Amino acid sequence: MTATPTRPARKLSMKARYSALTRDLDWEPSYVSSEEMFPYTSFEGIKIHDWSKWEDPFRLTVDAYYKYQAEKDKRLYAVLDGFAQSQGHLSLSQASYLNAMKIFLGGVTPLEYQAHRNFAFLSRHFNGPGPRFAALCQSQDEIRHAQTEIHTLSNYNKYYSGMHSFLKQHDRVWYMSVPKSYFDDALSAGPFEFLIAIGFSFEYLLTNLLFVPFMSGASFNGDLPTMTFGFSAQSDESRHMTLGLEAIKFLLEQDEDNVPIVQEWVDKWFWRGYRVAAIVAQMLDYMLPKPVMSWKEAFELYFEKQMLEGLFPDLEYYGIKPPRHVQQAIDEKEALSHFVYWVFYNFSFAANFTTSIPSKEHQAWLAENYPDTFVEYFQKPRWDKAQRIVDNGGRFFFMGLPQLCQVCQIPMTFPEPGDLTTICQRTSDYNGEHFNLCSDGCKWIFDREPEKYVQAWLPVHQIYQGNCGGPTVPDVLAWYGMQEGDGGEIAGSRDEVNWAAWHGTPAAKEA
Amino acid sequence: MNDPATRMVSVDLQENEENRAVIEAIEADNPDVSVRHMPGVVKIEAPGRLVIKRESVEARLGRDWETHEFQMAIITLAGNITEWDDDEIVLAWNARR
Repeated sequence: MTATPTRPARKLSMKARYSALTRDLDWEPSYVSSEEMFPYTSFEGIKIHDWSKWEDPFRLTVDAYYKYQAEKDKRLYAVLDGFAQSQGHLSLSQASYLNAMKIFLGGVTPLEYQAHRNFAFLSRHFNGPGPRFAALCQSQDEIRHAQTEIHTLSNYNKYYSGMHSFLKQHDRVWYMSVPKSYFDDALSAGPFEFLIAIGFSFEYLLTNLLFVPFMSGASFNGDLPTMTFGFSAQSDESRHMTLGLEAIKFLLEQDEDNVPIVQEWVDKWFWRGYRVAAIVAQMLDYMLPKPVMSWKEAFELYFEKQMLEGLFPDLEYYGIKPPRHVQQAIDEKEALSHFVYWVFYNFSFAANFTTSIPSKEHQAWLAENYPDTFVEYFQKPRWDKAQRIVDNGGRFFFMGLPQLCQVCQIPMTFPEPGDLTTICQRTSDYNGEHFNLCSDGCKWIFDREPEKYVQAWLPVHQIYQGNCGGPTVPDVLAWYGMQEGDGGEIAGSRDEVNWAAWHGTPAAKEA
Repeated sequence: MNDPATRMVSVDLQENEENRAVIEAIEADNPDVSVRHMPGVVKIEAPGRLVIKRESVEARLGRDWETHEFQMAIITLAGNITEWDDDEIVLAWNARR
């Protein structure tokens, strides 16, 4: 073997390049004051003394950023091409798998676009060049995510129901108001609160629970393009997590007065994000025909172990405690997904996805993963009963309108702490009006900023007020933009019938 | 539990052909790692600290590899990136910078 080839000498090291292309492009304003140039960074009470202390561990520069983002897109679009050419829509584990992606497209993709907008705002309005550049990259990432998700799932939209009007439905459909109102809450906060809400609490604490087990589930259920866009998006996510972590440490290091403000934001946004993640919990446990990991296991691995045992001891140094209502989330891990999927089973006649009683094998998997709760609290009192109705030729749907939580907008379904047989309900009065909350966490959030949450657009109230197309179910569904075959029961649904036809009759005869 | 030397840091990587060299390099340079395979994902955990070295990856890939390329492999992480330069990436728990 000859001498190892010499590497061409780099002109600048990564550190020097980052410094030259990011920090050195900053300037001090001379003909306006910095308050005029950056008008949004003082009203929240956060005190920053030295913006140059912001570190970007990725040391990313514009050239490196676009080089690798382009490579990520090339890889994704190669997969999409192969998918379209090879009749990829036929290779799923089952047609019903796509119910999860119908929720994802309407519930999550529009949030990516909103994140793009707000990070673009931050990339203009932070005083320091470090956070501005990090926000610029994230803004570009987020629009890439929105575009690649829409593009990827459009391949399924050609063949399957429930994806045709996702943007309209994001604004209108009852359960979509859960992720939408969560993000609107963040968008209408100040720039630092947004950074803690989305950058830290969502990206760092919770996003793993959405993407990692779920995209692994896509892999396991034959959904190659979703797995690919998921991991492609998630590869940006590690940068976003780093930005979120950097943000919180930066704020905490800059001034001791920032600590109590940041603590309240962590308390609020952990709970807000966790409630949205309840939808993910049921996706993991019920919507994947071949499940990969239970919500409980994912929560233990990605939240309890990595965040509570890993991250929060680090933050303790700054005086930050774990989120205020975290114990309730831990207690709920045994039951969360079961309550939420039951709600969806009751109301999927008014949704863009279908539901069904989990199969015998699936129920056995649930019992195995939730030995203390599934059989006693969910299988016997709920699914066995639903099965008896089906056996007698019926299908139970709840045709009334549920009471919604004023903060998270999820129907009242969550249990009293320590008692899975009682629905938790809290109330608050403000300006002579009465408000209902699903939990101590949501009540604490409401009571802290009642003037914000009294303005919530609650889908049930809006129907009663006559703002959703009319008084009957068909009126509302028409206003939602639902089409025949979008919602209801899986068995006999349009997707299921098509799936059987595409795969030929022999399989059906054997069954 | 509070000792940054024993708290677990981790990276999740996409399981594919190219990343196999990265995964093998991490295993070689970090004797205490544990590796968990999930569909499409490899989760690598280590107590306290985890290092990814350019030279180790290059030796296994048989070509030049710049540390920026790690962005193509990574899905998520737990820990702070305490160093990311031309030669190595270091992940550790440590509050003070």
